[in-house]
Amino acid sequence: MHILEEKIRKATAAGRPALIPFLTAGFPDRALFWPTLMELDENGADIIEIGVPFSDPVADGPVVEEASRRALSDGVNLRDILRELVERRGLIKAGVVLMGYLNPFLQYGLENLARDAEKGGVHGLIVPDLPFEESAPLRAALKERGIALIPLVGPNTGTERMLLYAADSQGYAYVVSVMGITGERADLAPQVAATMSRARAAFSLPLALGFGLREPAQLAALPPEARPDAVVFGSALLKHLDNGGSAEEFLARWK
Amino acid sequence: MSQSARYGIPDSRGFFGAYGGQYVPEAIKARLDELSRALDAALEDTSFQRELESLFVHYTGRPSPVFHCANLSERLGGAQIWLKREDLNHLGAHKINNTLGQCLLARRMGKKRVIAETGAGQHGVATAASAALMGLECTICMGEVDIERQHLNVIRMEMLGARVLPATSGQRTLKEAVDEALALWISDPDMFYVLGSAVGPHPYPYMVRRFQSVIGREARAQMLEELGRLPDVCLACVGGGSNAIGLFAGFLDDADVRLVGVEPGGRGTAYGEHAASLCLGEPGVLHGFHSYMIKDANGEAGCVYSISAGLDYPSVGPEHAQLKDQGRAEYVSVTDQEALEAFFALSRHEGVIPALESSHALAQAMKMAPGMSGDKALLVSLSGRGDKDVAQVAEMLREHKIRQPEV
Repeated sequence: MHILEEKIRKATAAGRPALIPFLTAGFPDRALFWPTLMELDENGADIIEIGVPFSDPVADGPVVEEASRRALSDGVNLRDILRELVERRGLIKAGVVLMGYLNPFLQYGLENLARDAEKGGVHGLIVPDLPFEESAPLRAALKERGIALIPLVGPNTGTERMLLYAADSQGYAYVVSVMGITGERADLAPQVAATMSRARAAFSLPLALGFGLREPAQLAALPPEARPDAVVFGSALLKHLDNGGSAEEFLARWK
Repeated sequence: MSQSARYGIPDSRGFFGAYGGQYVPEAIKARLDELSRALDAALEDTSFQRELESLFVHYTGRPSPVFHCANLSERLGGAQIWLKREDLNHLGAHKINNTLGQCLLARRMGKKRVIAETGAGQHGVATAASAALMGLECTICMGEVDIERQHLNVIRMEMLGARVLPATSGQRTLKEAVDEALALWISDPDMFYVLGSAVGPHPYPYMVRRFQSVIGREARAQMLEELGRLPDVCLACVGGGSNAIGLFAGFLDDADVRLVGVEPGGRGTAYGEHAASLCLGEPGVLHGFHSYMIKDANGEAGCVYSISAGLDYPSVGPEHAQLKDQGRAEYVSVTDQEALEAFFALSRHEGVIPALESSHALAQAMKMAPGMSGDKALLVSLSGRGDKDVAQVAEMLREHKIRQPEV
């Protein structure tokens, strides 16, 4: 079993959803990023997704995009992120996943990326703008190093496409809760239950639900069979941190 | 529409050779697949073709003529310069060929609303007009900064019934407008995204090429009619590359016709001073497709600059990338200064004020003409009229940034 799947299964066994905070590298600023990440790690994060900033993040909403823009203007880049992960190797208890757009990864070189990600203790990658058809080179490079390429599916992803991903994925499947881009929403759209059920049938992997999560009550509103094994928080966490809130407070709501 | 067997048709994954494709999230992929199916069906349907051709004639005023620049050619002393007058289309540019096609397709798909991004406002105005004609609700996303700079176009779009939505994040220009438009599009299944150039994920580059190919198809027949033979060289400016691919489409199979794409060389070849993606960029993935792009050392979209708002894009249509690698088309760049000289020359000697975008293509023709014999013909796509640029040029003159050449 892949280590990311193991992390989530352990939470399930403990009767709770696994917690997956998303933090853009260099957020809230360069000095506070690593302490914030460690605080998430110490306060119950099972997996931490680190956002690699990109100039044109087509799948992200305004909050993550702004974080990305700020990080870029502070000079945050993939090379530094990987180098700093290597320096902290063994210190992070949570699973580590990099989420970023394809071009910076291409620029770095896919083989180099897989090698340095492994050195830095990265367990998985999410590349929103890389559909299955174009993923073979990266998938192969990562597989060799035991790094999972996490599929990202949503309400308008057909069952056939889910099966396509399911046949060649490890770790977990990331289910986008609503049509559209990342960002917190007051209510999970009614289609979430249907999407989750379809994903459940297609994937044997645990399911993480994201894009729009703010509070546990949103999950309680879902029928039990549609509840996810893990929850991902992006925009809500970034906003909370930007307003001076702590990572510990944020995670406390979900424990 | 006849199609070349060798050129212009992407493979099943949307690639022109190594370029193009669909580098997009699943949520967008599903919408693109829906669009691909609808486009293929429409292109097979003669009633769709007939309706579009009828609009081209009765609404746009096609065919746009070709015009021999006798005065300018004589002054330059060399090859004869001809213009394909896309500036004479309704709204004054080639953009309408594409927005009519896409809005007609949107209506055929049963979409209620269209959305488009716009920078300088030309594509926004063309989309707003096409949507008004088809009875579609229209939203145009435009950066807050561009809204201030292009106030007249904002008024035009609103008169045409469009809602102009300011993009307020980041640098508040075209890029943010694209993000805003994409976000609204993805969350609304009844909405159609009208893309303005031959860029983006498949099927957009292919679709835009098909709708713009009317330029080259007409031009080929018109040159045969006028000269009894084909032009020796066809030239067009290349930002995203839609008017260029439209013109080239008519001549790709004519191996003896040289095809020259002209990129914005801006103030020079240093990084940040130009937007010459094919001449000076490298392959990469941006905005959902693989092509030549201008990027920094980390693979981020690079800084670009051009005097012309319609050309400063950090990537370029994927079919151009393929034509460059194949050597079927050549790509060069001309500077702001050279484009301005062409802008003044055509105004002064032919009584036609060209768009600054189109002035780039003309500038290259003016460079080439003197070195060629008088029986050769250069055909330039005059993609738009220059009325929109007059205020900008006047301001540059007033501030002594440029000088109007003496006659």
